[in-house]
Amino acid sequence: MESDIKLIDDNGKRLDGRAPDELRKIKIEVGVLHRAEGSCYLEWGENKVMAAVYGPREALPRHTQNPLRAIVNARYNMAAFSVDDRKRPGPDRRSREISKVISEALEKVILLEKFPRASIDVNIEVLNAEAGTRCAGLTAAGVALADAGIPLKDIPVACAAGKIDGHVVLDLGKEEDNFGDADLPVAISPRTNEILLLQMDGHLTVEEFDKALEMAINGCHIASDIQKKAIMDKYQSAPEVK
Amino acid sequence: MSQEKREIVIPSQLLGDAEGNKAGRGTFIENGKIYSEMLGILSKRSNYINVIPLKGRYDAIEGDFVIGIVREAMASSWLVDINAPYPALLHVNEVPWDVDFGETEKYLNHGDSVMAKILEVNVEKKLQITLKDRNLYKIRGGHITYIEPSKVPRLIGKKGSMISLLKKYTRCRIFVGQNGRIWIDGDEDDIAKVIYAIRKIEEESLAFGLTNRIEELLKKDIKDVQ
Repeated sequence: MESDIKLIDDNGKRLDGRAPDELRKIKIEVGVLHRAEGSCYLEWGENKVMAAVYGPREALPRHTQNPLRAIVNARYNMAAFSVDDRKRPGPDRRSREISKVISEALEKVILLEKFPRASIDVNIEVLNAEAGTRCAGLTAAGVALADAGIPLKDIPVACAAGKIDGHVVLDLGKEEDNFGDADLPVAISPRTNEILLLQMDGHLTVEEFDKALEMAINGCHIASDIQKKAIMDKYQSAPEVK
Repeated sequence: MSQEKREIVIPSQLLGDAEGNKAGRGTFIENGKIYSEMLGILSKRSNYINVIPLKGRYDAIEGDFVIGIVREAMASSWLVDINAPYPALLHVNEVPWDVDFGETEKYLNHGDSVMAKILEVNVEKKLQITLKDRNLYKIRGGHITYIEPSKVPRLIGKKGSMISLLKKYTRCRIFVGQNGRIWIDGDEDDIAKVIYAIRKIEEESLAFGLTNRIEELLKKDIKDVQ
């Protein structure tokens, strides 16, 4: 797709002044909701995402129960006011797909065998959207799961890479996503580098794909460190309050 | 007592080699390394590495004493919420009363609280509780409060030191369920004081020398009242 917007300037800087391999600013707050077992508020650039974890609790209706392990119900939802034009509320094709892929990514890291017949419900609410909400949502969900005290093999983390004006760059912004050539969201288990989610929108050559994947995995590790620090800060500081 | 802090660990944190160490509760082994599987406090005891959870649901163990809230009365049993992932079944054979078929509601109804013992946890994690043991009965009056189940041992203290302290200074009757529910009965002021102390214990559960500080707090409060 050709457009007259120049996404990378002559100095190699992007529209918002970032270098090609630079992430947007990430801010994570842990345990923000009182009624949820675990929760997380995350800002990733202009993305604002809230994740809440409920359970493990008995899966209802009963036919959804698995006698051997727990099921994971992730629900990704975009608020009506999260985008420029009002988004029609309720699940649509896009959000149902994202809910499904996030559920499957989370299933890979939760120790499900510990809770037969149970369900673990993860609600991801996008309050403000600026490209890459599924990555932000999954990253927030990972923190919320850890905060809920659910046994995990790893804290999942996601990050996207893409191609704009023929260059492979990390973490696409809004214009870059709209006018760029490709978007590659990747979720990994940072301890083992296992891929939990990988989708691609647009076209990349094999070489570009390899480069983008490597870049996205590096981005995931940066985000993962921020996640871990946020959880540590929340709980390390607690006993010092007198 | 030293003022060193207890170490907090997060899921997937490396805790040590599987050689020479044994993976205890809250940990898993992968490729010869021991990792934490949950958010918790690290505790090493005679080459066992354990992680004590900071948060999470109550993990029912047979023989535990718990406080349950009745959710549903069925024809010959009740469903009781004990803060585990699953509701617990209380069968009419496991209560001290002689209940006729279909008359369960006369004895326990939705919203009633009971002190109970975990009778059985099977592989499917189906829970059964019983009221047939000493000091188990339906709760009438008093106040129920809640702390994280993982903090119950802290509230009880070494050999019950913390809980006997609370009883001594407030003249309340206190029953601590392993599932984190606490029943308190006594004067209104005393109940308020116990709840205040419990909140304090919950907040500072990671600190050392907490029992002494709570004792001072309770002493001070009594002076204020008198």
